[in-house]
Amino acid sequence: MKLYDYALSPSCYKVRLMAALIGMTLDIRPVDFHPGCEHRGPELMALNPAGSIPILEDGDLVLTESSAMLVYLAAKAAAQWLGNDTAGRAARVQQWLSFSHRLTASLGAARLHEMLLRPGNIAALREQGIAALRELEAGLVEQHIRGQRFLASDRPTIADVACFPYVALAPDGGVSLDPYPAIRLWSRAVRSLEGFIEMPGIHRLHELTPAPVLEVGEA
Amino acid sequence: MTRNTMIDGWYPVGLASQLDAHGRVTALMGEPIAVRRGEDGNAKVTGGNGRDLPACIRYGHVWSSLGDPQKPLFAIPEADQPGRRLVDVGVVRVRCSPLRAVENFLDIAHFPFVHTDILGAEPHTEVQNYKVEIREDEDEVWATQVKFYQPQAAKSAEGGITTEYMYRVPAPTCSVLYKTCPPRPAEWDVITLFVQPLAEDLCDVWPWMALFDDETPMTDLIHFQQTIFVQDRSILENQIPRLLPLDPGMEIPTRADLTSVAYRRWLKRHGYTYGAQLVAQ
Repeated sequence: MKLYDYALSPSCYKVRLMAALIGMTLDIRPVDFHPGCEHRGPELMALNPAGSIPILEDGDLVLTESSAMLVYLAAKAAAQWLGNDTAGRAARVQQWLSFSHRLTASLGAARLHEMLLRPGNIAALREQGIAALRELEAGLVEQHIRGQRFLASDRPTIADVACFPYVALAPDGGVSLDPYPAIRLWSRAVRSLEGFIEMPGIHRLHELTPAPVLEVGEA
Repeated sequence: MTRNTMIDGWYPVGLASQLDAHGRVTALMGEPIAVRRGEDGNAKVTGGNGRDLPACIRYGHVWSSLGDPQKPLFAIPEADQPGRRLVDVGVVRVRCSPLRAVENFLDIAHFPFVHTDILGAEPHTEVQNYKVEIREDEDEVWATQVKFYQPQAAKSAEGGITTEYMYRVPAPTCSVLYKTCPPRPAEWDVITLFVQPLAEDLCDVWPWMALFDDETPMTDLIHFQQTIFVQDRSILENQIPRLLPLDPGMEIPTRADLTSVAYRRWLKRHGYTYGAQLVAQ
């Protein structure tokens, strides 16, 4: 399974993270998104006319939407991540998958503007990002009242993987996560999952790794 | 207020490979500037009031100055060696002092914690003794005999090695790093950090590399360096105070910070204080 990937792209990271969490290996094809704009070149435009990455290829199947990729990986190797065992949960997962596009369009665009100088109305993007974060915070608080640590269930689903990257990287676009305790707790829960991998700007939980032991004579 | 002595320096203002007739608008130390390709094919840079600014193209980038540069842009002789791959890593904007961006680049103690499993890993956190000097003839800061254990020092490195480094600061917002070159032990890989000061607390960072590596695809080289730098970015944006303190008292340096101490001393000696904080302020 081939992933057209950019190391700094949160949408590409969703797919890498999902694969890591379910123990799947991807064949990574790096794309020179910045500064080369390779995603707008003829080869990738032929594969994805939208001119976006990630692109996931598996035989004849070509996927260009990260949410669809999460569904595909989970359905193939770890169906419990689909979170579709009840009607309510299945709907909740879909609700958050759709919601995740708002995070991309607001916090993601603010990050591209602030970090890679892409055009955009930064004040409006931040305002939309904050509105989305407040909604997510409220959703997570309600989940806590139900006794559930993750977005759609008491166990992680593709909804968490879809929403986590752009939220965790909000500070890259100048949007602070300080006002959102439920989001910070959830971020910690996601980062402590077995198999979690980081990306630049999202740090691992050092305090959860075993205390380092220095052998005699080693330095 | 004293004259800004950094005004006469050269600063990166864009990638040479992206220079076109349409150009782009950016800034240098608070002044809006326009950078484009002139009719003669050379880089043309104009200041906020339309005046022509000095311009040259070197090391993959367009360089300019708001003042009257007394010296040509610093030399990197290795960059002209045949056989090197020249890597335009591309711009990354950081809300931090341009001097802090350079200072962070000079620091190795953070490798195991910020660049975990790439440039460092616990428990290998010790910074061994190294040498630091301000070279009077060249008027540059140099750190040599820097050694550090790295799990994956470069894209071309297989597994962990003890990497040797030399750091060089030839200009207040530029640093050149010479690093063990796994495929060619007799040579040094060159990794630079060119920082464009937009404001005292905002900069565009243009990393650039000249490597001996015939194997690794160009995109992988770019991604490797972007990954490293963006891991630093969130740390840089959260440093307090935002400006780099040049007088003792604000921060307590340790032995591992010798390069930083020399860099700050050198900045202060020259009055390179754009992006710096002094006690007197």
